[in-house]
Amino acid sequence: MSDFSSKIIEHDKIQIIKLKGYLDAHTAPKLEDNFAELISKNKFNIVVNFKDLNYISSAGLGVFMAYIEKIRENKGDIKLTEMNEKVYSIFDLLGFPLLYEILDNDEQAINKFLGNKSE
Amino acid sequence: MNRQLINFLEIKVNENVLVITSRTENLSKVRDFISIHSKNAGLKTNDILDVMLAVDEAVTNIIKHSYSFDPDCEIKIEIFIENNEFIIAITDEGKSFDPNSVPEPDIRKYQKENRVGGFGLYLMKKFMDDVVYSSIPNSYNKTVLKKKIN
Repeated sequence: MSDFSSKIIEHDKIQIIKLKGYLDAHTAPKLEDNFAELISKNKFNIVVNFKDLNYISSAGLGVFMAYIEKIRENKGDIKLTEMNEKVYSIFDLLGFPLLYEILDNDEQAINKFLGNKSE
Repeated sequence: MNRQLINFLEIKVNENVLVITSRTENLSKVRDFISIHSKNAGLKTNDILDVMLAVDEAVTNIIKHSYSFDPDCEIKIEIFIENNEFIIAITDEGKSFDPNSVPEPDIRKYQKENRVGGFGLYLMKKFMDDVVYSSIPNSYNKTVLKKKIN
């Protein structure tokens, strides 16, 4: 069994998905379920926290690609926070920083969402 | 007992071959197998993570594309150490493919096309010193990955 879990926390109407463990082709569907659930509830402002994520493969990266268009069409965004160096290097290698905001912590991501709203 | 230790006991360190069925649930077993052997071979922590990821990508590609998610096919992973290189040979008996037909990923293009895959082969090439794919049609495919031991 791959060790992976995720939980969703709401903060100022912003959804924070906290990831833990190993995100690979076996566990990626669990994260897909999280995004599908939030989208079905019209919750499009999403922060994904990577602090406790040890590992990601391309199957995990694909989940972010699968939902970003839909979320941005609905004026939302996926912002990514607290990646460890290795996980960041994989996102970076594939050019994800061109498409996604990758921030140091959830507070920065939440402030970006709140700031965007007041503009 | 933690999972790493349980898998360590299941994978005998002097056994250089792991055979799994083509199920994604076996990816963690593959990563543990690679982790143990690459550590024993003297690879550095960062290189161990590179090799784990590359082998995970190779096995995931076989499960998805070569076997089209048929869960009961066989994938063999062999480890060799030759000329100061850590070598992993992965053999399957599914559909073959031309790795040269896979373009380098372009994330902006992928976003427009809503594409979610196509990163695996690129990551394998980036994280390993050498990746060689060979195929005997209607017989077997072999992916050989090499990492220098520094």
